[in-house]
Amino acid sequence: MKSQDLTDLALRNLREAILRNALTTLGVAVGVASLVAMLSLGVGLQQLASKRLSQSGLFDTIFVTPKNSFRGMGRPQREVESDKPPRPLDADARSELEKLPNVIEVYPQVRFFTEVRFNNKPYATVVGGMPESARNSGAFDGMQGSFFSSPTANEAILQIEFAKDLSDKPSSLIGQELTLRYAERQAIPAAATDTPANGPEATGGFSVVPRELKLKIVGVVETEPAAGYGGYGNARLLMPLDTASTLRAAQVNDLRDIVRGSASTKITYPSLSVRAKSPSLVEALEASIKNLGFNAFSLLDASKSLRTFFSVFDLLLGIFGSLALAVATLGIVNTLVMAILERRREIGVLKALGASDSDVQQLFFVEAGVMGLLGGILGVGFGWLLGRAITFGTNVYLKRQNLNPIELSSVPWWLVISALVFAVVVSLLAGLYPASRAAKLNPVDALRYE
Amino acid sequence: MPDTQPAVQLEHISRYYRMGESSVRAVDDVSLTIGRGEYLALLGSSGSGKSTLLNLIAGLDRPTSGAILAHGENLATLSPLNLARYRRNTIGMIFQSFNLLPRMTLEENVELPLRLAEVDRSERPGRVREALERVRLTHRVGHRPSELSGGEQQRVAIARALVNRPKILLADEPTGNLDSSTGEAILSILRDLQTQLGMTIVMVTHERPLAERFADRLATMGDGKLLGISPATHEAAQ
Repeated sequence: MKSQDLTDLALRNLREAILRNALTTLGVAVGVASLVAMLSLGVGLQQLASKRLSQSGLFDTIFVTPKNSFRGMGRPQREVESDKPPRPLDADARSELEKLPNVIEVYPQVRFFTEVRFNNKPYATVVGGMPESARNSGAFDGMQGSFFSSPTANEAILQIEFAKDLSDKPSSLIGQELTLRYAERQAIPAAATDTPANGPEATGGFSVVPRELKLKIVGVVETEPAAGYGGYGNARLLMPLDTASTLRAAQVNDLRDIVRGSASTKITYPSLSVRAKSPSLVEALEASIKNLGFNAFSLLDASKSLRTFFSVFDLLLGIFGSLALAVATLGIVNTLVMAILERRREIGVLKALGASDSDVQQLFFVEAGVMGLLGGILGVGFGWLLGRAITFGTNVYLKRQNLNPIELSSVPWWLVISALVFAVVVSLLAGLYPASRAAKLNPVDALRYE
Repeated sequence: MPDTQPAVQLEHISRYYRMGESSVRAVDDVSLTIGRGEYLALLGSSGSGKSTLLNLIAGLDRPTSGAILAHGENLATLSPLNLARYRRNTIGMIFQSFNLLPRMTLEENVELPLRLAEVDRSERPGRVREALERVRLTHRVGHRPSELSGGEQQRVAIARALVNRPKILLADEPTGNLDSSTGEAILSILRDLQTQLGMTIVMVTHERPLAERFADRLATMGDGKLLGISPATHEAAQ
C-alpha cells in the first residue's frame, strides 16, 4: 500500500476509537511531558550555573601572585627558591602578562578598607575596584540604577546592605554624592630622606596622605558581587577599577612590603587576574605564566567536575522522566492489542481483498507512530508549560525572599527534536508486537462468522 | 467457452486441521477442474468442507497436500507476498455477511482494493463508478453500509470484488442473509458478470434450487469429499 493510503487508513482507524486512542495519546503526552520537564530543568540549571560561572570569570581567569606570597590556600611553600628575591608583581610584570597570547585583559585587585562620609556621618567600609568586564558578569543583573558610565568615572555602586546603612530607602541614594576618605600612598624620594631609621639601604619609602574624593552613587546592587577567587568579596562600595587604581590608596600589601623590607617606589600588586579568551586556553596560559616566575592558579579542575556532575544529574532526571514514558508505552501496546481483537474481522477482510501481511503490519505500525508523534507534540508542549510553571513558582518564592528571578527551565531545540523522535521511536517499538500479531492473524479464522 | 487452460485446477487437495490430538479432514483428496468463464456452484451441508475449499481457491488458506493451479500458478508454493498479490489481482470475493467496513462510505469500501493494489489516485474515482454501475448502484454512494438494505450492501460488496478486475469471483453463501427475491437479484447480477465479463464464478451455497437455476455445474461435497458433479438443469425455479 502507498504511504498516503496507509496514513489515511491509520488516521481513520484512530479517529474511530477516538476516546481510547486519545487517552492513549494523552498517556504518551504525559510521559513525554515528564521527560521534557525533567530535562528542561536539568538543562536550565546547567545553563544557569555555567552562565553564572563563566560570567564570574571563574573558569577563564588565572590568578597570578608573586611566588612568595601565595597565601590563604593552606598550602605549604613547595619550592624553596634560591636566595634571589622573588619577582615582584609590578607594572612591568603586568605588561608582560598582557603580551602573552590569548590574554583578554590583566587587572589588579584593588581593595582597601576606608571611611566613607555621607550626610556628614562617617561609615567604615571596604572599597573594591571593578574592572570594566564586570559589567557583563551577571552580578549586576537586576541592579537598581546603572553600571558605571565609564571606566574612569567618579562613580560608585553600593551593595544593598551598605546602602541600607546609609538610608532607609536604598533606591533614593541613586544620584546622590558621598565622600570617600582614603589614605594615599606617596613615594618619598630617597634624597629627601634623612631619617636613619630606614636603614643603610633605604631607597625611599612612602608617606600616607589623607585624601578625599567625591563619588556619585549610580547604582545599588542586591547580590554581593563576590565574583572570582580572592575577588571582590566583602566589598560594600564598588567603583571603577581604573578610578580606584589612580587613587593609589594604601593597601594591605603595602604594610607587608614594609615589613618584608622590599618596599620600593614602584607599585606592586598583591595579585593580578589574567583573563583568557576561553576556558580551554587556561591550562596553557597558566603554564606560561608559571614560566615567567609567578604563582598561577585557576579553577579549571572545578569546572571539569561540575560538568561531570551535570551529566550525571541530567542522566538521572532523564531516567525518572523516561519511567512515565515507559508506562505510556504499555498503554500503546494495550490499546493496539485491544484494537486487534476488535478489528479481527476487518483485518480478515483486508487480507481477503489482497492486503499482505506487511500491509497490515504497517497499518498498525503507522497507528502507533501517529499516536507517538501526536503524544510527543502534546507532551513537548505540556513539558514546556510544566517547566514554565516550575520557573514561575520558583520565582514567586525567590521574590518573597527578596532574590532576583532566575530562568530555571530551558527547552532548547535539540530537546524538542529528540523528545519527538524518542516518543515516535518508543511508540513504534510498542507497536512492534501488536503489529506483528495483527499481520499473522489467520484470515480464515478472522472471517469466520460469529 | 474455448479454454486453453482451466481457471482453477485442484489436484488431490487435502486440508487437515489439528484439533488437540486428533486431526479433522475438512477437505479430503479433492480433484476438480473449473473452466474459464464457468459458473460453478459448490453445494453441501454445513461442515461439508465447501467453504474450506473456497478459502483454498481464494488463497486465504493453504492445502495440507495437493496442488492448486489457478491461471497457471501453484498456490501451494506461492510466497505469502505473492499469494496476497494473487488475492488482490486474480480473485474477487463476496461473503454471506457482506463484510463491508462499517466506518467507510460505499465509495470508500469499493475503493479499498484499489488502495491495496496501489492504483493511481486519479484513476480510482472512475474505476469505483464503473464497478458501482455494474451492480446498478449509483445513488447513496456517500452513505455508510448500515444505512443500506442487505441487498444493496451485497451489491456494494460485489462492486468491491470487481473493482480490481479479477478473473475469478468467489462467493461464499452470497444469498444467505437475503430474502429470496433479493437473493435472486444478486445471483442474476453474478450471472451477468459471467456472461458480460467472462468471469469464472465459484459460489458456495446450500440452496440447490438457486444453484440449479443460475450455475453451469453443481459440485456436491460431504465430509470433505467431492461427492459428485452434475450440470445444472436451469429448471428448478422456472
